[in-house]
Amino acid sequence: MSTSSGSPESWISSFCSLLGHEYFAEVSEEFIEDDFNLTGLQTQVPMYKEALEMILDVEPEDDDDDDDEEEEEDEDVSGDGRDGTTHRAHGERRAHSRMASDLSVIESSAEMLYGLIHQRFICSRAGIQQMSEKYELGHFGICPRMNCNQTRALPVGLSDIPGEDTVKLFCPSCLDVYVPPNSRFQTVDGAFFGRTFGALFLLTFPEYDLSKSGGDSVQNLPRNTDDKALINGIYACNVAPGLGPGKIYEPRIYGFRVSEIARSGPRMQWLRNKPADMAVLNEAVRFAGEVEENVGTDNDDESMNLNNTTGRETTNTSRRRAPAINARLRQQRQNQNASPMTLDTNGAESEL
Amino acid sequence: MDDFVSESDSDYASYWRDWFISSRGNEYFCEIDEDYLTDRFNLTGLNTEVQYYQYALDLVTDVFDLDCDDDMRESIEKSARHLYGLVHARYIVTTRGLAKMLDKYKKADFGKCPRVHCNSHPLLPMGLADMPGSRPVKLYCGRCEDIYNPKSSRHAAIDGAYFGASFHNIIFQVYPALIPTKSAERYVPRVYGFKMHAAAALVRWQNGHFDEMRRRLRKMDVDHGFKKDEPLFIDDRGDDLDLDDEEDDDIAAEMERFEAGRGIVIGGSGEAVDARE
Repeated sequence: MSTSSGSPESWISSFCSLLGHEYFAEVSEEFIEDDFNLTGLQTQVPMYKEALEMILDVEPEDDDDDDDEEEEEDEDVSGDGRDGTTHRAHGERRAHSRMASDLSVIESSAEMLYGLIHQRFICSRAGIQQMSEKYELGHFGICPRMNCNQTRALPVGLSDIPGEDTVKLFCPSCLDVYVPPNSRFQTVDGAFFGRTFGALFLLTFPEYDLSKSGGDSVQNLPRNTDDKALINGIYACNVAPGLGPGKIYEPRIYGFRVSEIARSGPRMQWLRNKPADMAVLNEAVRFAGEVEENVGTDNDDESMNLNNTTGRETTNTSRRRAPAINARLRQQRQNQNASPMTLDTNGAESEL
Repeated sequence: MDDFVSESDSDYASYWRDWFISSRGNEYFCEIDEDYLTDRFNLTGLNTEVQYYQYALDLVTDVFDLDCDDDMRESIEKSARHLYGLVHARYIVTTRGLAKMLDKYKKADFGKCPRVHCNSHPLLPMGLADMPGSRPVKLYCGRCEDIYNPKSSRHAAIDGAYFGASFHNIIFQVYPALIPTKSAERYVPRVYGFKMHAAAALVRWQNGHFDEMRRRLRKMDVDHGFKKDEPLFIDDRGDDLDLDDEEDDDIAAEMERFEAGRGIVIGGSGEAVDARE
């Protein structure tokens, strides 16, 4: 606090410019000043009030300025920590701020508090927008995996609780998480970014062309291309572009592939695999197709209506499962693996 | 020989190879035995690949004595490094070479896998081709069986042919005990605890392939390298038994039993209804 008095730079911007804090966005003061955004943080951070003042560069000495707005908060805080001296809180706080040992405690509390606010902020509209600007500038680094072709990564945490793990990089191209290459990020808590940000970013900005390598400038997807088909809510060409045939490592010795039967043979190829036809992943359409197929076999009067409607729907949405298989074949298949749906529609025909 | 001054090391008393492997950026190389270098058979064909082959070989084996200008010395030095790299690719697949690289692997001299779920497993250097000048060196993780770019740009400039495209697979064939236990642990992107649909659908599809592979290997009586008790993701009925959902399933089953005990039929899945009938 004493250091910030002379400098024009705010605590937030100096915090974000520290070495190792390159991933952080600058949380806007309006966001922090809205009490709703801080719900529940009081119990997580020691010396909450002092930490908050430090973040907002509020001088505790300036009684005239702060008193009015700070008064209500004061009473909240003092309830859980201080020994009954509710009304003398101000004097006490000022005394604290002058002690050097306390200053370092407040400093670390402020960092923790800022991190936790940051976790919430980057999931808000303004915050995720700011992070997208940082993403475009390549502030978060690239995926170390060779076949991801230097795709830009996103900072994520593996836990929302501070102190559990450090920040990781999430690669949208292979949907995996990596340790940041520079050791200075190993002091940054993963909870300051949170588990949600990575996936939310992809859902918020579906237009980024993820197949572009980090060297190229980040571009939005070209308009009016065939690849613009949506699969499960995101563009098919953006579903793990770094995976699939051709991007899976095949171990070879002197040009000969190592067999799967060998003990040292490949065992992890499934992890980097992806269907050649992404429509396979559209489970809802596939399921509808299966239901239609099963229902179509029993030509009961009751199921006719249902059959007709589902049939029309599925042929509209998907042509993957053509209903042109002959009835006998379908009957066989149904007997082999009766789906629970069949039992639901007409339980009378079940094998029991 | 006395007036030869190596560009970065004025003390020429030390062997060239010592200097080479201890210089910055060459941490991935191991030292090639003198015997191996002097056996002409091991160098077959390299004379066409390396300029000033004889001088370069003399320099590498510390018998170089030629009075020449700086430019010449510079290019011989460069050739020597190239020659050393090419011999290195052959040497590291011999018994002695594999043992030396194994030591370096155990010390994680080649770095550690950046993938979070590999738990800093040591990496191995590899080339993507055996022809020099095609692609720089990459790093191979035996746990996730994938290839990563070296962190440092010094290493990213080394030719991949100095390690060869086969070494990292041969070492696991020669030392099968070295094959790491594989793990199916993975990251699933989530938004406020809910899986991201597109990613989760892909994970389900991949898990199907994973199960298929394990069944295939079990049928052939081959060790699949995963922990024995690692459950199949998709069981035989085709129900999704996603690992981290098991807890929820247990709770659901518990609830169902509880409800069944009270004689209330709940319209859950088809199977639950059947069991009571």
